[in-house]
Amino acid sequence: MGSETALILAFLVGGALCALAQVLADVSRLSPAHVMVLFVVLGVAAGAVGVYEPLVKLAGAGASIPLTGFGYALAHGVEKEVRAEGVLGALSGSLKATGAGIKAAVVFAAVAALVARPRA
Amino acid sequence: MERARFQYLARRAEPPKPLLSNVVRAFVAGGLISAVGQVVLGFFVGRGMSPEKAVSPTAVVMVFLGSLFTALGLYDRLAKWAGMGAALPITGFANSMVAPAMEFRTEGLVAGVGARIFQVAGPVLLYGLGSSFVVGMLVWIGLLLRYR
Repeated sequence: MGSETALILAFLVGGALCALAQVLADVSRLSPAHVMVLFVVLGVAAGAVGVYEPLVKLAGAGASIPLTGFGYALAHGVEKEVRAEGVLGALSGSLKATGAGIKAAVVFAAVAALVARPRA
Repeated sequence: MERARFQYLARRAEPPKPLLSNVVRAFVAGGLISAVGQVVLGFFVGRGMSPEKAVSPTAVVMVFLGSLFTALGLYDRLAKWAGMGAALPITGFANSMVAPAMEFRTEGLVAGVGARIFQVAGPVLLYGLGSSFVVGMLVWIGLLLRYR
């Protein structure tokens, strides 16, 4: 697959997931935070039953950058770790897979709080 | 005036909700952020990482970009325009932590920054980790039954 094709697929799938989230937010009047929570759980469920993995293979970042991809990474990490390490993997697997992103956000947020000022 | 009649009139007086334009803007912004993510992913894959391994460093770079644009005051302007197109990508997850951390700095490092940083990320992590724990237990039970 050419890199232009990969780029277009990422755009289309990532855009479609966000459009779906926007429809849900507008129709149901849920807050963005509610929709974010819902999409993470949807990603976990889709990852668990095996329908999200083909989407990641097809669309790359288009599937892994929206929060459903975060949910998929949680489910996939847990599944891999349970197979390798047994029941303890149900606790350790998800953060092993997503810890870098979460901790990066904590570190950058702390730095931003110290060096940047919010503007109106 | 009766309450029902008032509500009917009030609803008619509201501007029509621009659902279509909201959705188009979310699609364009979410698609562009994902395309940037694809470029970053391609960079790591090009340096010899497997696509699966490259997801984690890509997330870190996108979290950095989301944090940087939040600190510069640009991400919140994008979010106003793009709605879920800015909130749903992992850059929006970063924004949901960085923005309150900056805003509540004045309330102190513990009660302000520390307490508010997980305002939105906390629920996301609670339900994400909670549901993935259930998945882990189901996988474990499935493995037990198979090898009996």
